[in-house]
Amino acid sequence: MGHLEPKLDLSPKVSDEIRKTTCYMCACRCGIDVHLKAGQVAYIEGNRDHPVNKGVLCAKGSAGIMQVNAPSRLRAPLRRVGPRGSGQFEEISWDEALQTAVDWMAPLRDSAPEKLAFFTGRDQSQSLTSWWAQAYGTPNYAAHGGFCSVNMAAAGIYTMGGAFWEFGQPDWDRTKLLLLFGVAEDHDSNPIKIGLGKLKARGARVIGINPIRSGYNAVADDWIGITPGTDGLLILSLIHCLLKAGKIDLDYLTRFTNAPVLVNEDPDSPERGLFLRDAKGKMLVLDRKTGLPTAFDAPGVKPGLAHGYRRAGITHRPVFQLLAERYLSEDHAPEAVAERCGIPAARIHALAAELARVAFDEAIEIAQPWNDFRGDRHGTMIGRPVAMHAMRGISAHSNGFQTARALHLLQILLGTVEVPGGFRFKPPYPKPPEAHPRPNAWANPGQPLAGPHLGFVMGPEDLALRPDGTPARIDKAFTWENPMSAHGLMHMVISNAHAGDPYKIDTLFLYMANMAWNSSMGTGRVMEMLTDTDPETGAYVIPRIIYSDAYSSEMVAYADLILPDTTYLERHDCISLLDRPISEADAAADAIRWPVVEPDRPGHAGVRGFQSVLIDLGARLGLPGFVAEDGGPAYADYADYITRHERKPGIGPLMGFRGDGSATGRGAPNPDQLERYIANGGIFVHHIPEAAQFYKPWNTAYQDWAVKLGIYDSPQPYIFNLYLEPLRKFQLAAEGHGDRQPPDHLRARIRETMDPLPIWYPPFEGAAIEVDTYPFHALTQRPMAMYHSWGSQNAWLRQIHGQNPLYLPTGLWERHGFAEGDWARVTSPHGEIVVPVAHMAALNANTVWTWNAIGKRKGTWALDKDAQEATKGFLLNHLIHELLPPKGDGLRWSNSDPITGQAAWFDLRVRIEKITAPAEAKPAFPPLKSPVGHGPKDLAWKVGR
Amino acid sequence: MTRLPDHTERKLGLVIDLDTCVGCHACVVACKGWNTENYGAPLSDQDAYGAEPSGTFLNRVHSYEVTPETGAAQLVHFPKSCLHCEDAPCVTVCPTGASYKRSEDGIVLVNEADCIGCGLCAWACPYGAREMDAAAGVMKKCTLCVDRIYNETLPEIDREPACVRTCPAGARHFGDLGDPESDVSQLVAARGGIDLMPEQGTKPVNKYLPPRPKDTWEQTDILAPFLTPVADSPQGFLGWLDRALDRL
Repeated sequence: MGHLEPKLDLSPKVSDEIRKTTCYMCACRCGIDVHLKAGQVAYIEGNRDHPVNKGVLCAKGSAGIMQVNAPSRLRAPLRRVGPRGSGQFEEISWDEALQTAVDWMAPLRDSAPEKLAFFTGRDQSQSLTSWWAQAYGTPNYAAHGGFCSVNMAAAGIYTMGGAFWEFGQPDWDRTKLLLLFGVAEDHDSNPIKIGLGKLKARGARVIGINPIRSGYNAVADDWIGITPGTDGLLILSLIHCLLKAGKIDLDYLTRFTNAPVLVNEDPDSPERGLFLRDAKGKMLVLDRKTGLPTAFDAPGVKPGLAHGYRRAGITHRPVFQLLAERYLSEDHAPEAVAERCGIPAARIHALAAELARVAFDEAIEIAQPWNDFRGDRHGTMIGRPVAMHAMRGISAHSNGFQTARALHLLQILLGTVEVPGGFRFKPPYPKPPEAHPRPNAWANPGQPLAGPHLGFVMGPEDLALRPDGTPARIDKAFTWENPMSAHGLMHMVISNAHAGDPYKIDTLFLYMANMAWNSSMGTGRVMEMLTDTDPETGAYVIPRIIYSDAYSSEMVAYADLILPDTTYLERHDCISLLDRPISEADAAADAIRWPVVEPDRPGHAGVRGFQSVLIDLGARLGLPGFVAEDGGPAYADYADYITRHERKPGIGPLMGFRGDGSATGRGAPNPDQLERYIANGGIFVHHIPEAAQFYKPWNTAYQDWAVKLGIYDSPQPYIFNLYLEPLRKFQLAAEGHGDRQPPDHLRARIRETMDPLPIWYPPFEGAAIEVDTYPFHALTQRPMAMYHSWGSQNAWLRQIHGQNPLYLPTGLWERHGFAEGDWARVTSPHGEIVVPVAHMAALNANTVWTWNAIGKRKGTWALDKDAQEATKGFLLNHLIHELLPPKGDGLRWSNSDPITGQAAWFDLRVRIEKITAPAEAKPAFPPLKSPVGHGPKDLAWKVGR
Repeated sequence: MTRLPDHTERKLGLVIDLDTCVGCHACVVACKGWNTENYGAPLSDQDAYGAEPSGTFLNRVHSYEVTPETGAAQLVHFPKSCLHCEDAPCVTVCPTGASYKRSEDGIVLVNEADCIGCGLCAWACPYGAREMDAAAGVMKKCTLCVDRIYNETLPEIDREPACVRTCPAGARHFGDLGDPESDVSQLVAARGGIDLMPEQGTKPVNKYLPPRPKDTWEQTDILAPFLTPVADSPQGFLGWLDRALDRL
């Protein structure tokens, strides 16, 4: 046949229209261009102008077309007609659904508002949902941070006014060395990949510290396959090496941290370990010029580090001396920790040396003068081009708070925070703990709560305890068990409500949280708690459950009333500076979602955006703020709220196009605001001036800019907490000082774990069991192409990650004679599962792992009941308990970080046995009846035929 | 059988950086989305919500473990699609002329109107880069987004393959590998880009940039000066501190 070429149309029309909105295929909130043909979604790609993803888009984002058309979408409000957990529902009208909810909620508000527990999962509207819960008056509100990464977030805020991801980011354009600790393949998804690409393109070095060498760790130049739960040991050893060699930024430490602040060392004083302060409460440092104690922020002060100060017979020493004394100890030498970390001592030395070399020998300088809060002028901006990023891998352990603190201490000692080449905050951060609210938890019938539920406690006086000392909140947040639980403890709600400890509730109201499956520790037990009945009355122990979700998830089957949500392309949302922001280090940014397609569920009552439903419920319940002066609803829907709501005069959910459209940050509501956002690509970006881009906590230019924008009401410079005084206040209480005293059984643990300087201790679960019986650490990671449960309903993504073998390291694989296609029994102190296994060599020798949330319950997500996710997929959750194994003391000890209450998912230990391949993975649960039927057999999707 | 053009004016193709690819599958799904809606028959999916879903993809990412003689095992992510070979055996084997290589730019395409779905081309391709669509019964393959790269309805910046536009890590590059001065040719030269399976004699246009050496920890003694202790006692440390602060 000769060479023939057909004539091609090389310029076909791509779409009728592009609508720009915000992705929600995971939590990263990238900008997307949604191409429409005849009103239908034809193609989705990244928005080039968006600050988060700058045009690129991950696999999940590009697969959004299979989400907005997923057969698992709910179609109408549902009322349970069979037993809980059967999946038997009838469709009802919205009026009936809303009236039912009001009939349940209104009497509770008037009698005992705490009996409504409202917890939201992967909620991006916490600014609204928490405000609603405040107006309702229940103390029982939180989102999912307690089972996600509160250790990372809280340790960051308490130590330096922000953590990673939404709080700040590596200076991708300047850093020369990046350390990634415990980062799974996700948050934040595209920005990390874009950043790694930049580092790779200019040959900067990336070191991955993770038991598993996949994803980002696979492309890292060097991999340190650390033993899970020992990151804190490694970090403190690096600090040991750096201190010993004097490779620390003394100028930075004296100016910008509490290293010079004087600490009371009187062994008999109730103030032992607290800071020496002046009459105004200002922390004092020893001025090197005058030799006198001086306020840390006094103009011209030259804080010293090397000398103590005696007053009234009491010795005071600078924080830095306590710190040096502790970490110079040979207990922290690489040789002392190497075996526990699973890392050769020589490599720890080499890593410390590399940090020292890059931070100090490759320092960078930007010719940009700036002024600090003491009035000192700096001619240039000095940068130490070492950056770090960490997420749940180090966070989800019972020692995670102190480990995250240690990581921030390491960055600060090197002088790499908020400097060129280091770690940079993103507005509205930095924001120190003092600038956050304290928790409010005092319910009064018929009344709103006095303030926000969640906050940062600064001492025992801020705990959420009732007058009799019992917890005010159902999740026991802000109690002696976990005093700094800044995100609440969603993973304890069902367990505590079932136990009636600290009290019984009536209605559990959940949004977007798959608590009957992958979001609970001990999934099977949670299903039992949700269906358990009182033997005398036959009533459910948790009497009423209302749930809102967009899809037919496992949790739907365990609720009594379903309020169906829209998909992300059918709704309004705001990605607000009042909430979880999407700013960049050099700009504040916010964004919207808007219905780029209308919710369309033909033949059914239809779906409504949950936030609009919540606003409607608020009005029907007569909640303050939700009712207009004429008694009607204050807001027509969520879009109206986004436009008109003012949290403070002039400050609303969105910063852009306020007032007449020209005001930014502060300004009256603008009825055209959403239209302006849509015309602007769904986003608003407000740049930080050059002189304000670094040293933000101390830089007057940044502080003034932030006040003008409305982030602060006045400049709020502060210094970093190497030594965290509030922790010491809890220790003092545990030592017997003060009015508010912990229960005796918690005293020792508070003394040991709430150390004001970062410490490492072995994870609790490992310490509570015979580790020889359970010799392996078991972890999950979230794959880059799948987000929680949501991906499994996606016809394209489930072809990429439809199965999740348990990956076993080489030694284990060979010792047991495993071969491809084999199965294993995996046993923890709490249960056993039977699962398919696979070999992985690039893995810590004592660790097994699998992908998170691939396994599905039969009958859910509109999948066939023989879907591979339901027959071979599995969850590690069955092996995990929200409580530690019994210690024989008759007490319930939670499997959480003792400071923040973060769920210690990654403390799990197991043993592995080879078994004959069964028919399917175990445990197997009976199929749920699907309220939406099943998806079509085949797909050949083309909207523009 | 079908003839290849004697010469192509350009050699458009991809350069894929295996040192940077994190294996995220963004390219896989962007490709699936674009090519489902655009060129030819949609890329269909069978048993889409069932036991063993399988669909047509023009680009897939495979992951391989490499265990060196010494040192830790490594994981390499390897995206694979049609390599638009100069001596494309999938074209010469085609009985109908449906498979062809464009003389203008070297892109290998299937003219679906002439494809009889015999599957010979997929057998002939040593890379496994072609997939028969089970619903349409025609052979599907990477088009290098021929309906994007010249598309005058798209902004100029977007006239590149969907996989390149979406790649978050910047591991995919598109250009004329026949022009030694092009950015992609320069990149291949600088990074030692390689042909996939050159022994097959297909002369692939796409190139792969190999992973850089990993786990090359510098000798501790080279870095040792960076960790020389400043003192040998706690008192000595405080003395160093005092002197160091004086120098600030």
